Parts: sequence; C-alpha cells; structure tokens
Amino acid sequence: MSEKYLNRIMIALLVGLPWLAHWLDEPYYVSLATRIAILALAGVGLNLALGLGGMVSFGHAAFFGIGGYVTGILASHAFNSEPIISGFMGTTHMLIIWPLAMLIAAIVAVFIGLLSLRTSGVYFIMITLAFAQMIYYFSISWPTYGGEDGLPIYVRNGFPGLNTLQPIQFFMICCTLLLITLWGVSRLQNSRFGNALQALRQNETRVTSIGINPLGIKLTAFVISATITALAGSLFADLNRFVSPTMFSWHTSGEIMIFVILGGLGRLYGPLAGAGLFILCEALLGGWTEYWQFFLGLLLLGVVLFARGGLIGLLSREQKNA
Amino acid sequence: MGAILFLEQCLNGLQLGIMLFLMAAGLTLIFGVMGLINLAHGSLYMIGAFACAAVASWTGSFTLGLVASVVVAAAAGALIEIGVMRRLYQREHLDQVLATFALILISSEAMRWLFGSYPLYLDVPEIFYGAINLFGVLQYSRYRLFIIVLGLLTAVGIYLLINKTRIGMRIRAGAADRQMTAALGINISLIFTLVFALGAALAGFAGALVGSIQSVDIGMGEPVLILAFVVVVIGGIGSIRGALVGAIIVGMVDTLGRGYLPQLLQLILDPVFANTLGAALASIAIYLLMIIILIFKPQGLFPAHG
Amino acid sequence: MKKQLITSMLSAALCLAPQVEASPVKVGMITTLSGGGSGLGVDVRDGFMLAVNKANNSDLEVIIEDDGRKPSLAVQIADKMIQKDKVDILTGIIWSNLAMAVVPSSVNQGILYLSPNAGPSALAGKGCNKNYFNVAWQNDNLHEAMGSYANGEEHQNSFILAPNYPAGKDALTGYKRFYQGQLAGELYTKLGQTDYAAEIAQIRASGADSVFFFLPGGMGISFMKQYSQAGMTIPLMGPAFSFDQGILQAVGKSALGVRNSSQWNKDIDNAANKTFVADFESAYGRLPSLYASQGYDTANLILSAMQSSDINDKDAFRAAIRSAQFDSVRGNFRFGNNQHPIQDIYVREVVMQGDVLTNKIIGVALKDHQDAYAADCAL
Repeated sequence: MSEKYLNRIMIALLVGLPWLAHWLDEPYYVSLATRIAILALAGVGLNLALGLGGMVSFGHAAFFGIGGYVTGILASHAFNSEPIISGFMGTTHMLIIWPLAMLIAAIVAVFIGLLSLRTSGVYFIMITLAFAQMIYYFSISWPTYGGEDGLPIYVRNGFPGLNTLQPIQFFMICCTLLLITLWGVSRLQNSRFGNALQALRQNETRVTSIGINPLGIKLTAFVISATITALAGSLFADLNRFVSPTMFSWHTSGEIMIFVILGGLGRLYGPLAGAGLFILCEALLGGWTEYWQFFLGLLLLGVVLFARGGLIGLLSREQKNA
Repeated sequence: MGAILFLEQCLNGLQLGIMLFLMAAGLTLIFGVMGLINLAHGSLYMIGAFACAAVASWTGSFTLGLVASVVVAAAAGALIEIGVMRRLYQREHLDQVLATFALILISSEAMRWLFGSYPLYLDVPEIFYGAINLFGVLQYSRYRLFIIVLGLLTAVGIYLLINKTRIGMRIRAGAADRQMTAALGINISLIFTLVFALGAALAGFAGALVGSIQSVDIGMGEPVLILAFVVVVIGGIGSIRGALVGAIIVGMVDTLGRGYLPQLLQLILDPVFANTLGAALASIAIYLLMIIILIFKPQGLFPAHG
Repeated sequence: MKKQLITSMLSAALCLAPQVEASPVKVGMITTLSGGGSGLGVDVRDGFMLAVNKANNSDLEVIIEDDGRKPSLAVQIADKMIQKDKVDILTGIIWSNLAMAVVPSSVNQGILYLSPNAGPSALAGKGCNKNYFNVAWQNDNLHEAMGSYANGEEHQNSFILAPNYPAGKDALTGYKRFYQGQLAGELYTKLGQTDYAAEIAQIRASGADSVFFFLPGGMGISFMKQYSQAGMTIPLMGPAFSFDQGILQAVGKSALGVRNSSQWNKDIDNAANKTFVADFESAYGRLPSLYASQGYDTANLILSAMQSSDINDKDAFRAAIRSAQFDSVRGNFRFGNNQHPIQDIYVREVVMQGDVLTNKIIGVALKDHQDAYAADCAL
C-alpha cells in the first residue's frame, strides 16, 4: 500500500469513525477522536521543526502549555469578570483566543529560537528543554492562576454558529483545524522555503554557500512550528476544560516527540498515526491491567526495533526518500 | 556562624555534585563513544537502588547491597545494549530516544511488579550516622563525607581506566573513529557493550549511594536524569573532565541557590514575596545557568572533539 | 482482579433474590495505580473494595481505572466513565491537581463526586458544590492540628517547610493559623526535591525548638533520613502523610518518636474500626493505612445512602449522603455545610511494635474540627 493511500485511509477513519460513534450515541469515542486530532496537531507542529528542519526541540511543551494557559487565563477572567489589563476582560471566543495564543507563543518562540539556534545537536535538545523546564517550575510556583493545582475552565469556549459543548461539534472544529494545518504544511514542504529548510537539514554549509541565511529559515520554521503546537494546546485546554503545569513538563515534550517518531519522522501524516496508536493504547490498555505502561513500553520498543520509518513506514512498506 | 554555615553549604554542594558526576560520567561516556542518547540511564539508577535495598534487607549488609547495585545495574546495562541498543546505532538519534523512553516504562513497571507500589527501606550503616568534626569548627554528616570521598575515588578510577589502560585506549579509539578502530581488528561491539555496562554500573552505584539517604521509589531516576543531562551539556558532551566540572558547578549552584536566594531577596523585597520568588528562582537556577553557558559556549565548557 | 470481583458480585446477585426494587448504583473509581505514588491509590482501592465485598450488595457496581497521576488522563477516564459507562458516582482521586481537573466539570454534569483523599481549598469555600463531598479532610486540617498541638507542647520557635506549590502553601498557612509562637524560619522547597542538605543546614543554624514539615511521598522519606543521619535532634512534627503505614517502613527508625496528626489510626477504639483493621489484614496481609481507611469509609458512606434512598432521586440521595448515617472507622463523623468533614483530629506518635513501625494515638489535637473555608460556601 502506498503512503498516499494510507494517508487517505487514516483521514477517512478520523473523520468517519466519530460520526459513527455519534450516531451510535457513544460520545466518549468522539472525545477520544478529538483528543487524537488535537495531539496529532501538536505533533504536526513539532514535525515541522523535527522532521523537516532537523531541529530536535525537547521543549515544545512550552508552546503547548502557553496555548493552554492563554486559553485558560482569558476564559477565567471572562468567567469571573475580572479585567486582565484595564478594560480587557478576557474572552470566551475561540476565534479571539486562538490568534492570541498563537501570537504569544510566536513571540516566546522567537526569543527561545534566537538563543537556542546558536547551538545544534544534543546541545539544542537540552537548551530547548531548559527553557521549557524554567516555564514549568515558574508555573508551579506562581500562585495567581492556581500553581500546580491548575486552572479549571468552567464552560468550554464558544465558536460562532456551533455548540462546542456537543462532542461531535467540538470534534469537527479540531478535525478541520488539523486538516487545514496538514494542507498548509504540505504546501510549505514543497515551497521554496520548505526546500531550503530540508536542504539545511541535510547540508548546512552547502546551503549557506549559495547565499541563503540559515538562521532566518530555521527560526521561521521554529516559530511556525511553535504556533501550531500552541493552537493544539489551546484546543487541548478546551477539551479537558482544564489547564495545569503538566502541560509544560518534559513528559509532555517527550510525548509529542513520541507521536512524531512513532508515526514516522518527517512524514506529513506521521503524527496522526503516532498519536492515534498512543492514545488508543492508553485508553484500551488502561482499562485492562494496572501494568498497562509495561505493555505500552513493549509495544513502542517493538515498533522502533522492527519498523523502520515508524508506523507509516511499516504499513506503507515504503522507504522515505530522505 | 555565617561563615561556618556557608562552608557546610559548599560541602553539600560538592556532595550533590559528586553524585551527579557518577550519573553524568556514564551518560557522557555512552554518548561520546556510541553517539547514543540514553533516556533509560535514570532507570539504571533506579535499578541499582532497588538491587541495593533488596540485597541489604535480605543479607543485612549494606556493603553487599552496594556490590549488588553495581553488578545488577551492569548486567541490566549489558542486556539492554545487546538486546536493544546494538540494533539502533545505525539509526537516527530519535529512534534511540523512542527506544530508551520505552525502556523507562518497561523497567519502572517491572520494578513495581517485583517490589510493590510503596518505597523500599534502605538505610546507611550505623557507623555513618551522625556528624564528624571538620577543621575543628564544622560538624558535617559522616555519610555525606563518605559519599564525597567514594565519589572522588571513583572519578580517579574512571580517569585511570580511560587514560592509562589498554581497554581505555580502545574506548578512546572507538570514540574518535569507530570504523578505523574496527578496521584495526578491535572487537568494537564488545567495547560498546563494555562501555554501556560501565556507564550503567556507575549509575547503579550512584542510585544505591543516594537511595540510602533518599527514597527508593519508582520514578526516582527521572529528576536525576534531567540534572545529569544538564551536567553533560554544560561540561561538553563526551568529556569526562567536563562532566566532573559541570557536576560540581551544578551541585554548587543548586545548593547555594536554595540556601541563599530567598534570604538575599528578603533584603530588598517583602519577606513573603521574597520567599516565593526565591524558591521559584532557586528551582530554575541551573537551567538558567545552562542557557547562559550555552549562549557563550555552544559546545559546553570542554568540547570533546573539535 | 476487577473482573473476578464483578463476576463474583453478579453470581451473588443471581443467588439472592432482590429484597427491594432499588436501582443499581454505578461507581467509577479513578485512582493512581501505576508509577510513583501508586501506593496511595492501591490503598484507597483496597480499602474501598474491602467494604464493597463485605456488603455484597448486588446493586453496587464498581469500575476502576488507573490515572497514572496525569491530569489529562484522569479527565479522559472521567469522560469515559460518565459518557460511556454512565456512572452515577465518581471517586478515587488521590492528588489535588487531578481533583481540580476532574471534579468541577464532573459535578457540573450532575455526577456525584466523593473524594477519598484530596481536599483542595478551591473546592471547600466559594467553589463548593452540592454534588461534591469530601470524605477525608480539607487539605489544611491536619496541618492546623499540628499547629494547635505545638502550642500545647509550648514550642515557641518553629521552623516550617513545605514544597513550593499550592498544597505546600496551604500547609504552612494551616499551621500558622493555629500556631502562636515565633517562626525560626519558613522555607519553600522545590517540588520533587530529594536532597535536603541545604535546608537541614539552615535549620541547624536557625536555633529552632521544633520543625514542622509537609513533604509528601518520597520527599518526606528523603528529608527524614537525612535529618536523622545528620544527627539532628530538634523534634519533628508533620501531618500523617509521611508517617503512614505504607511509607513508614521505608523511612525506617528515623521516624521513631515523631509526632504526627491524623484523623484516623488503627487503635481508635470503636467496633467499626476493629472490624476494619482485622478484615483488612486478613484480606490483604498487611496493616491498613490512612488511605485505606478513607477508601473504606467512602464505600460505606455510599452503601449507607443506598440503603435509605434511590440513586435516581438525586436530591434524596444527596441528602442521604449528607446525613452520613454510617459507622465511620474514625468514630464521630459528620459533614459541615460545605460537605467537608467535621471530625476529631488526633496526634499520633511513631512507635515500634515487634519489628514493625506503626503509630499510636497520644491525644486529640482538635475536637470536632471544621475547615476554615466553610463560611465562604453558599450551601
């Protein structure tokens, strides 16, 4: 089976199964699919830096968490009618929250990226981790928005014309955003910018010698990647109706990275496959045995040992032409 | 009194640094020689502590427990290298990250299955209880002093092993040029297994030493793993000397930050606020340190290979 | 284990003819069964299931899932239990941050939540809810008791420390709410910190006459070992969490003689408690912990409400829970207006019985104690 068909099947399943669940009146499976779509979106963001740009960021939890906290803070101010800054009471409109979350994440990403991109390899991994850890410890000890206890969002934020409290409608929002992003990233991949980025990953000196500024390209990719992950964080906050510092923890960075690698590094639909397998395992194994993490570990180990190119590589039997 | 307290805090910082060095030495060795990012290093630390606790409670001997920690962790390391890592050297770094992440899940749950959900008991021998008088003015914990001495001895041992023995020469050769070394007829895969087992043994030993003053618990390895990575990166990946210097810097900054930041801030800020802010700053101090060092020295303090 | 249990309950149901036409009650338990800190969840579950098995009430069905101590996983399981399994009652969460993730949205959907452990202040005051009951304590309670006890012991100069997170701040605030002496120092440590050399050096230099600490889990074990290994002799005080049955053996003799506060101990003299301790030991082969007692009380509270009311009449069922007509292993137990306990809080001392470390009660710190947030609750 070629990768293209596999991708189509995955999309069909992602879009179709929740409707089936909705029709069978099993809203839980709709929420589960929503979770997969959101985490896949976070993974698509990371994949842009990781798979295409070769920038192994171990700190994407920072952006995921920023997206979540911007959402939580805006909603809680609106809920309690307390102004954030004079005159601005927060908001519960997704269409205002998303751009704000992405904007703030982008600003932070420019700052982190400028400092981190001076390094490379493992040093880059660790410096991005350090930034995320700093935000993590700060969020635990900063009491205003709940510290470690986190911040509940009492009512899911709204979208014009839709009832977001309905699982299937919220799912459609998340799924649509994922599809739009996938389309956008595939366009980006094949653009001049995307080609330059991939060329940089393979041979930086050669690209620099033809007059392309590597820092500019890498930083742009890093920032776009961060904003996508922040959007996912915002949706995740609305899904759980709750944000907490665990969104910033290195486990979150690790998990997003696992989705990407598990699905297949640098493959556009890899994060969807990875997040899907991971979340389904978590949900199914968890009800089956209290040692479920043991079996999850075995499964991950099996994939990495026996499936080159991740799940998509295994299923499509196609080597990626890197 | 202030000067004595400061001296004591410096010793505490040194002791934390020495412990971090034992963790970081294995990590940096494995990375330097094999180019492998081993997230499961913290699990080896945990395995060492569990082995020590179990053997110490069966036999009643802390010394036997320490021996067991080294042996069991080295065996686990060799097993992981032969069973999993060996297949991944040719792959991307990220495949190794995923594999070692899976190993964390597997080993944590395996330990819980073997030993139950509550922390285990492990205590230091009676002779290490209490304090010893240093320089006539300072009462310092005997066990911590023991850790400092033992850790420094281990550091010297590793230095001698790497720089003065035939095995060490082969390890260095393997790190410098894998293919050339293999071409010279040296069994490179045996060297790799040895290095991995050595790194694992150091981690297990650290786990046992620390487990007896902390809690022997599932997941005890994770916070230390992150700290050890910080140390490795500050010191320069692959450099044992860098790991030692980095470990002591991190130990000092962390301990002194915790001890003095809130007090310093109280001089200029409202005490309650200073306490909160000081505690928050102390917990991020080492990350801040790492970022600053990497901005000025992107390859760490002692870059191993040019 | 879970499957077996449900099948045995079903087979019991087939044998016994139903006495009354009571509606079945479905309870979902979300608790921490894997990873660090899973001992607490295991104990809550075992205590809860002990009561359920003993009651052998075929109308009660329990499903249990592991949250791995991850807030987002806890939310996912809660969604599943509410939407798919259609539970009536949720329970089981150990940690305040997980409770804050699950409780507000669950109780807003009309699900009853009975907390067997966590009691964050945000849910006790303004944020109280008619569907939320806490069967254990409000987070501050045990610390307040220790503060009051310190006055009685005439401690004048306490050094107090806790991790730098909301429960840690609540702990020190709770202690200070009752403690009247001076403070030799007040310290917030890093969450998850395992080396306390710097803090112990500060305590030694501070001239304190007593030390109060709240360091749950591995943090407390590390602190106490290092404290006694450093040769420190200033008396330690703390809430029960670092001295409870499960964790005590890991702390070892460093804990001997330490005074700690708890709303329960295995030597509380009442029939319900004696049965509980004996049954727990024979069922699981270990001594019960504080958490097990809380799980057991939670199950018995649900069972007692099922006796007198129907789950489908939500108001009546809530009233039945609120009246707390069950034999608590703690003795006196009732709910305050915010549906948190009003109960006695004891001071215990860690002692050696045979070769097992355990606690014995040495006095009552606070009688009929209610939390400080109840007045803010509109219920």
